[in-house]
Amino acid sequence: MPELSHVPGEPLHNPLLATQPGPYFGVFGGRYVPEALIAALDELDAEYRKAVEDPEFVDELKRLLRDYVGRPSPLTEAPRFAAEAGGEGSGVRVFLKREDLNHTGSHKINNVLGQALLVKRMGKTRVIAETGAGQHGVATATAAALMDLECTIYMGEEDTQRQALNVARMRLLGAEVVPVTLGTRTLKDAINEALRDWVTNVETTHYLLGTVTGPHPFPEMVREFHKVIGEEAREQILERTGALPDVVAACVGGGSNAMGIFNAFLDDPSVQLFGFEAGGEGIASGRHAARFSGGQPGVLHGARTYVLQDEDGQTRPSHSVSAGLDYPSVGPAHAWLHDLGRATYEPVTDDEAMDAFALLCRTEGIIPAIESAHALAGALRVGRAAADRGESPTILVNLSGRGDKDVATAARWFGLLGDDADDVNEGDQ
Amino acid sequence: MTSPAAPATDPAPARGGGRVDVTPSRTAELLRQVRDEGRPALIAYLPTGFPTVDRSVEAVRTLVEHGADVVEIGIPYTDPVMDGTTVQRAVELALESGTRVRDAFRLVRAVSDAGAVPLVMTYWNPVLAYGVDAFARDLAEAGGAGLITPDLIPDEASEWIEASDRHGLDRVFLVAPSSTAERLQLTARASRGFVYAASTMGVTGERATVGDRAEELVARTRERGAELVCVGLGVSTGDQAAQVGRFADGVIVGSAFVRPLLADGPWSERLAALGAVVDDLAAGVRRAREGASA
Repeated sequence: MPELSHVPGEPLHNPLLATQPGPYFGVFGGRYVPEALIAALDELDAEYRKAVEDPEFVDELKRLLRDYVGRPSPLTEAPRFAAEAGGEGSGVRVFLKREDLNHTGSHKINNVLGQALLVKRMGKTRVIAETGAGQHGVATATAAALMDLECTIYMGEEDTQRQALNVARMRLLGAEVVPVTLGTRTLKDAINEALRDWVTNVETTHYLLGTVTGPHPFPEMVREFHKVIGEEAREQILERTGALPDVVAACVGGGSNAMGIFNAFLDDPSVQLFGFEAGGEGIASGRHAARFSGGQPGVLHGARTYVLQDEDGQTRPSHSVSAGLDYPSVGPAHAWLHDLGRATYEPVTDDEAMDAFALLCRTEGIIPAIESAHALAGALRVGRAAADRGESPTILVNLSGRGDKDVATAARWFGLLGDDADDVNEGDQ
Repeated sequence: MTSPAAPATDPAPARGGGRVDVTPSRTAELLRQVRDEGRPALIAYLPTGFPTVDRSVEAVRTLVEHGADVVEIGIPYTDPVMDGTTVQRAVELALESGTRVRDAFRLVRAVSDAGAVPLVMTYWNPVLAYGVDAFARDLAEAGGAGLITPDLIPDEASEWIEASDRHGLDRVFLVAPSSTAERLQLTARASRGFVYAASTMGVTGERATVGDRAEELVARTRERGAELVCVGLGVSTGDQAAQVGRFADGVIVGSAFVRPLLADGPWSERLAALGAVVDDLAAGVRRAREGASA
């Protein structure tokens, strides 16, 4: 656990956790990829380091985030939702960082625009990306349209079915969407196909990886493009409450939205950080995506980190009601924060997430992404436990995406479709 | 930058009492021997457990009987990002049939008993899960010569470099047409046995033509200090093997051997078809340097 007896306002660690450079986060991270990709990773790393020192790049990205994305995203207090966490008059407060209100409907656009500007600087003409829920794919297709780049999105066939609306959205934006029919037909296999494409076409193509995992420099670079979430939220909540939050909660698939909001608080020892993984049907069922509860350190997709695997090191299939969290590995910096004890990672089941999903809809009039509903469910759990101890924490939740894409799933889950429900269900299996 | 190729200085006695760091590379000895015969080696890949472990033992014996000098024994892995569709299908079938990592050691023994040099080709996570030193120990005990590691670069390989020195195993790293001179040198120094040159940018699979960049890459790799360089990716016919074999110390073939085993039909027919493909490739490497002045 972090040292708590320190002078307020002084950095907790030297060097700061928040500025930890790649390739290694403790024993995690690295570049476990074919040699064929190393030249491209070196080029990307060099270009990225030049760009962030270049006022022209920094200003252009700021301008896009303001004028195109709509940043800063608002901070919304959710009092009726909070009352469910602590009970009436408990004093538990919940604030939502509204990444769902960004253009394209999630936090993913922050990183995509940063990388797309780098693609232009590198003179490449084509981007490829993986997507699970479709949020990163939509964001990438959007940036490709904006910046006149050829775009191919790899998406597991199972995900193309459960997120059909996002497939149509990407195609409208001019992207080619390739359903991946190999392996488990989900995000993991989409990444495999994207890596194969990249090895083949690396001279013209940039792999616009959508989360804080993969080989260096992706974990560090994607964190840097998303850290604006936490920086804004920190300022907003200080202005609103006069204090730092007690708890920051986020869902963790690969971990980009969590890293984005955690980063500004990593060196504030009073702030507890919680990452909520997909507990699926429960850890005991084996059908989950809880890498910290049910996985071990290993290597997947270029990084050493926690991986769901069997005793032979074969990747075990993950499961979640949420396509965006349905991934057997996690960003290496999360593995590092986990082992340091700086952040706590807990599973949230499908049932808990869907209950929180419905609760936010009905108490606050906000339909969250099912991914983000895992963070909401976790916030409820943390808030209730604190209220039971007689505490009244302020909880900051990263509402990483909006739930439009999940309406069909939710309608089936809650039986809102009447007689048609069975037909739709069969199509989903 | 650390120097992963620093000679082993570990004074711990090796099995048998000799110093580990002077164990000669079996793969390099074989490659030099066939070079002296005026030809490149045929290095043949098949995955363990495809379609079953017992049948894969028969398949690797067939490779050796028909002229493979080195057999690259694949360990099936759920996420083979350097492999094209043919090998992906085979390893998926191998995993479905319940193949375990340790089954590869049965194939290693079979290849060794049949008189060829057994190398294991594996993605890195199965080795990590087994334990790097335990894997090296068991591979050496089974008679294996070393490892080919498609997703492990020397920069990340310190644990494997130590273990391979300790157990006298070859470590074959890859280079690609995109590799810079600095990386070619790093990889050449870290490798033991030979350097695996990827003929083209891409994944495994059969191709109509082998890229022109292969010859250039082999030359650049030699300039950077590699004595022995073998070429893989895309070679599937005797003519291609003859073409590549003009400039490479070994020709690595995989998908072309997997394809006949994926076909429908009785196993004996599939094995016979495999044998015919090996014959073609083996003839290819034997005519590679015909007419070249010795």
